[in-house]
Amino acid sequence: MTVTAPTGEHVASDVAADHPTPMGHGRMLRKEDARFLRGRGRFVDDIQLPGMLHGAVLRSPYAHARIVSVDASAAESHPLVRAVITGETLAARGLAWMPTLSHDVQAVLATDKVRYQGQEVAFVVAENRYAARDALALIDVEYEPLSPVVDALQALSADAPLVRDEMEGRTDNHIFDWEAGDAAATDAAFAAADHVSTCDLLYPRVHPAPLETCGIVASMDPVSGKLTVYATTQAPHAHRVLYATIARLPEHKIQIIAPDIGGGFGNKVGMYPGYICSVVASMITKAPVKWTEDRSENLMATSFARDYHMRGEIAATADGRIQGLRVRVLADHGAFNGTAQPSKFPAGFFHTFTGSYDIAAAHCRVTGVYTNKAPGGVAYACSFRITEASYLVERMVNVLAHDLGLDPAAVRMANLLRPEQFPFRSATGWEYDSGDYPRTLALALEMAGYDELRREQAEHRKAYQETGRGTVMGVGISFFTEAVGAGPRKMMDIFGFGMADGAELRVHPTGSAVLAVSCMSQGQGHETTFAQIVSEELGISPDDIEVVQGDTDRTPFGLGTYGSRSTPVSGGAAVLAARKVRERARVVAAAMLEVGAADLEWVKGRFHVRGDVAAGVTIAEIAMAAHSDLELPDGVEGHLDATCVYNPPNLTFPFGAYICVVDVDPGTGQVKVRRFVAVDDCGVRINPMIVEGQVHGGLADGIGMALMELIAFDADGNHLGASFMDYLLPTAVECPSWELGMTVTPSPHHPIGAKGVGESATVGSPAAVVNAVLDAIGVRHADMPLTPAQVWRAMQGRPMRTDLAIGEDVS
Amino acid sequence: MEITVGVNGRAYSREIEPRLLLVHLLRDELGLTGTHWGCDTSNCGACVVWMDEVPVKSCTVLAAMASGRSLRTVEGLEGPLGLDQVQLSFALCHGLQCGFCTPAMLLTSRWLLDHNPDPSEEEIRAAISGLTCRCTGYENIVRSIRHAAEQEGLS
Repeated sequence: MTVTAPTGEHVASDVAADHPTPMGHGRMLRKEDARFLRGRGRFVDDIQLPGMLHGAVLRSPYAHARIVSVDASAAESHPLVRAVITGETLAARGLAWMPTLSHDVQAVLATDKVRYQGQEVAFVVAENRYAARDALALIDVEYEPLSPVVDALQALSADAPLVRDEMEGRTDNHIFDWEAGDAAATDAAFAAADHVSTCDLLYPRVHPAPLETCGIVASMDPVSGKLTVYATTQAPHAHRVLYATIARLPEHKIQIIAPDIGGGFGNKVGMYPGYICSVVASMITKAPVKWTEDRSENLMATSFARDYHMRGEIAATADGRIQGLRVRVLADHGAFNGTAQPSKFPAGFFHTFTGSYDIAAAHCRVTGVYTNKAPGGVAYACSFRITEASYLVERMVNVLAHDLGLDPAAVRMANLLRPEQFPFRSATGWEYDSGDYPRTLALALEMAGYDELRREQAEHRKAYQETGRGTVMGVGISFFTEAVGAGPRKMMDIFGFGMADGAELRVHPTGSAVLAVSCMSQGQGHETTFAQIVSEELGISPDDIEVVQGDTDRTPFGLGTYGSRSTPVSGGAAVLAARKVRERARVVAAAMLEVGAADLEWVKGRFHVRGDVAAGVTIAEIAMAAHSDLELPDGVEGHLDATCVYNPPNLTFPFGAYICVVDVDPGTGQVKVRRFVAVDDCGVRINPMIVEGQVHGGLADGIGMALMELIAFDADGNHLGASFMDYLLPTAVECPSWELGMTVTPSPHHPIGAKGVGESATVGSPAAVVNAVLDAIGVRHADMPLTPAQVWRAMQGRPMRTDLAIGEDVS
Repeated sequence: MEITVGVNGRAYSREIEPRLLLVHLLRDELGLTGTHWGCDTSNCGACVVWMDEVPVKSCTVLAAMASGRSLRTVEGLEGPLGLDQVQLSFALCHGLQCGFCTPAMLLTSRWLLDHNPDPSEEEIRAAISGLTCRCTGYENIVRSIRHAAEQEGLS
């Protein structure tokens, strides 16, 4: 069956009649859908340029091995091969190593030794995809295997092999120590406390695994010297700087184009060797070169996430009032320190670990170590490690409740920050902007029917104990607070670049407009949301506002989309640019109406003379006049446009209360997520439909990480999650129908009161699922992922260490 | 070897390597890039197309195996009168975000509704369980398919 629908921006006119475009904020169907629904999205691998060649990467089979020799001669003589690039080729150009985003260097192609399985060793360029792959098998690399460092807990032991022996003077695998909070005050709080609960927690290595893998088409014009890069990048401008810096190319001759991006989740922030090799290959062959990694390459070599070994200690009164929180972290950063976060924060924003609670004293100490694993760590919608922080505190609160025999909901309610405490200065130095936490938790408990669930749970348990049959049920709660929208630039930079974003807005003579932003959608719907932002300020329909993103030649500088920063930062820039345009429009309108600018009143889309509504001009009329021969006051420029660089005064702090209900089969350890209630507060919602979609996606991530997603390694450093047969992602069958609620507490400092939301649910949901499963089986703690085997083992009192291949008992 | 395949009602003949995968035939040789590739192992389902009216994962079908058969891809969903109901319903219910799994979801949905015009939520979830979406948490995809079923039930 087909339904009449014109082509063009609207999906269908008959549908549009029932779903009118709002003038500004509100539910609005997405502008970008028209192309995606027709299979006309334009992803990197869809791009074909004339004469384009194809690259493929040869990777190390070993986790740790010295390279004795690389012989590429057979590959070079393959009839369809146009070039083979090795570490030596790059070394001759000074490109064998490149800087990371964390004050380290990493190999582009290995020259001395390989440091993780899947590391890049050579790059073949051939006339088609298949020939490039064929030729990889013709490269002869002789390796001398070395003992790998696989267990992060052993990385600092005296006899641990040295991962980074190329660094002069280095004798161990230690990267950094970093701390936050007041150690002495925290120790004092613990010394005076009635009760202390301690728990070791692992947030295992996982991977963002966007459905589209990373890829590039690099095209160096040999005449003009202009490099055009089509790439899967969440941060086009940052990447332009990196290419200029790493390859020493003039920055004005580099154009980065991020076309449609098939999901990012932090996987597409970093700079990968395949990108650099493709650029070099295009320079060598004088042809465009495409490289698209396959799924195994994606899972093995690009930014993983987490890998935090944490010891939490929580001090409280006997009735559960939290007095102190102390955390010790061992952070496995892999073979190169390549985490992507504001550079002054080597553990990201982990020091948000006091969460949503009024905790007087807190301290954390984080130690980063090298291991023979892929680099990364900050990815997967983690808001710079707030995933780990939120999981830590939400698990510790449950451990405390377990140890004291208290209800975890009651412990949370008793310790949550109260509305009158905002803005709140946390023990680790954050200034939370706004919130009414008890209201949000109360709503979630009401939606879930918490008391009824507890009654039902008791019945289930009783029946199971009496009959030994059936399932047991569990209820898990988490309450998260996020810190998103980095900068301000004074506190936060990446690679030396302050985290402020530009926006450029032009209103055309006929009253339509184009907004250029530096951030880059990977599915978040920026083309719609940002048009709505401008629409709200100027009264121009979102249908008449084109949003330009993902092209460094056409957009202003900015740091990109990750850490839920698009709406808080680029959104702020768009609002302020629109308000500048409005003030210019006021002057033009005053000239048109021959009154003083101060005598005009703005009603969305129109200025009129105060007290005389009929005497007015619309924004479209003003736009035409601004481009006409109308005489403007001295010093007022014609046209109707504005630029803005928005340097946020603070982060925004979205928050939420999540409640998960599970049924567990004690005989098999199988977990079924029955319900999931999520109440989010992200301040003002520009497009509630899109906000809800963002939350839905993150909730599924929580199911995935809590129950199935895992990258583990065997004793030889073999990666055990290198395909979707081994790295399990949730499908529609594992996910329940999400039950969403909301509260709205505007951010007091954001121009429209909005807060970021893209990562909220990924941050908040894993703890709710884990808390639910452990609540069901009555176990104090077991590490993620809670696979049937892990649940079953936990019920036997011997949960395993999930990061190692053969489930070693935790204790 | 030479093959002839029908795609969305049009015949294409090509000289190919016997090992060429169907997904690469469609994308690289025929320029039909609406069909996506995501995993190589038949897990994610981004490459689903119809072969003789049955959804298949084109990353694990040889192009040679499609010779003489007729294929339907996402580019063949929109008819002369406009978008298919599943396409409209996905837009209305926000059943897509990054758009990468969308073509496969649409083709699978169309197949489901052709064979089960009034599927329950459970049946819908089972039908799309061979496809991965990393953005939507599936909620709005399920709602989109239910919406399409209801709209088609009305007409």
